[in-house]
Amino acid sequence: MNRARKFACVVVLAVCAVSLAANWLAPAGYTKQFREAPSAPPSRQHLLGTDEVGRDRFARVLYGTRISLLLAPAAALVSTALAALVGGLAGYLGGIWLRLARGFTDLFLSLPWLFLLITVRALMPLNVSPLVSVLITFLILGLLGWAASARVLSTSADALRNSDFILQARASGLHGPRLFLVHVLPNLKPVLYAQFWISIPVFILSEANLGILGLGVAEPLPSWGSLLRELEGMISFREEPWRLAPLLLLIVVMTSFQLLLSNEEVTA
Amino acid sequence: MLRSKMLLWKIAQRLGAIAALILLGGLMAATLVRMAPGFDADERELDPSLNAESVRALRQSRAGEHNILSFYASYLRGALHGDLGTSHALGQPVQSLLRERWPVTARVAGIGLLLAWLLGSTLAFTACLWRRPLYEILGTTVSGAFLCIPAAVLALLSVILNAPGYLAIALIVFPKIYRYSRNLLAKAYASPHITAARARGLGEVRILAWHVIPVAGPQMIALAGITVSIALGASIPVEALCGLPGIGQLAWQAALSRDLPLLVNLTVLVTLVTLLANSGADLMIHMLRPGEESA
Repeated sequence: MNRARKFACVVVLAVCAVSLAANWLAPAGYTKQFREAPSAPPSRQHLLGTDEVGRDRFARVLYGTRISLLLAPAAALVSTALAALVGGLAGYLGGIWLRLARGFTDLFLSLPWLFLLITVRALMPLNVSPLVSVLITFLILGLLGWAASARVLSTSADALRNSDFILQARASGLHGPRLFLVHVLPNLKPVLYAQFWISIPVFILSEANLGILGLGVAEPLPSWGSLLRELEGMISFREEPWRLAPLLLLIVVMTSFQLLLSNEEVTA
Repeated sequence: MLRSKMLLWKIAQRLGAIAALILLGGLMAATLVRMAPGFDADERELDPSLNAESVRALRQSRAGEHNILSFYASYLRGALHGDLGTSHALGQPVQSLLRERWPVTARVAGIGLLLAWLLGSTLAFTACLWRRPLYEILGTTVSGAFLCIPAAVLALLSVILNAPGYLAIALIVFPKIYRYSRNLLAKAYASPHITAARARGLGEVRILAWHVIPVAGPQMIALAGITVSIALGASIPVEALCGLPGIGQLAWQAALSRDLPLLVNLTVLVTLVTLLANSGADLMIHMLRPGEESA
């Protein structure tokens, strides 16, 4: 691991640790309103000021970071599992199954990602509790984001199917699910890990886009998407620059992910 | 003669595949709409002035929609006759809404795409021609920074800075063009025949035009097809937040008001445009280099 990747790893871990310590660092919580100080500038009491309804922005950034950084990997796990199932199995079975799976993934990939996301999000109820909105948002990301990974995995599994050791295993009488689980899936692990890590920043950005458009995590629960929505009321950068804090944090985390993934993208 | 026949066959194949994908996509969309929570609810039934018979008649009028296949068949029948249904939220025929809004998206996304290609390919080509580490670091940093910013934030920033919407689309698309083109060109430059050409004293511009572009060209054409899809996706936040009355803004409004028929039609339309762009790119590659296609 080179220096830049080590540094990126430390940054991501530090941001995760700080967000997990939100209960201690911002004991007021993300919902408490300081009604006497709406839209207040940064102070010792409120490090990043307060929002329009008087909630502590620092607390909301910490809790929002926790939600986005914990649930994006969860969504990535769902999408990678689906990709392993569809792509891995299709590649292993080959023939008509591989062609069918590739046709299906092509159909998915031909739909512009954001159009697909907002269409499926709109199919779900919009007036739901904040917790349900979090689950819906990240579940949709996980259930829809598998296609690109499935395509990569189907190619890798297809190559494995024709490899010598699989032919030998077949000749030794190993067939069906056992062959897939014991020999194919473990050899797909590096590609699965790569796809999992690549999906995380994609899902973080997608959640942010959905949140800004009002189709993501519902208030009062914060997430990077809903926090960035605050920028909508900004007139200039000079006025209240502390409102850009969630954006800066997002850029730092995404840059760190880019540095961490620079190798994975090449191998995937 | 044989080549033109092959090209015609290729076009027919592509059109057939597009029609099949659209039919399948439409069926999937209709299924999702049918299964969506609240599909069967009709606010008109809450009207206290309606008697039991009127409510029954209302329910009867929707009876045909209960079966997914018959629901889809009636949708297809309407679509073939130019009737794409009526938007629930806006109370207007979907067809007239699309006709009104499409030119705005075509203009904004088109100019944005053009600017993105101009910026992305210029940076990629100059980086390969100059081969100055500082220039490369600068290109990678700038494109990396834009890749880290959500499309909707770039749209918001363009509103704050009073910049036109197409500039936001250009900045969303350009990093992808730069990174991919840069990698393609670097890969082409790494091939042994380029080293041989350099050793024989061929100029950089000549190497680029004669030996690099023919190698990287087909994949860059494929990238052009893909960027159409990216630009159309970017048009949602850009049009929604910059107040541009195009397809993207319409999709956003339809999503917020759960106007499912309108949303499904929009998704099918955008998919059709994307598939046509990708197929156009594939056919162009086929014409330039028969036997080679984008993966």
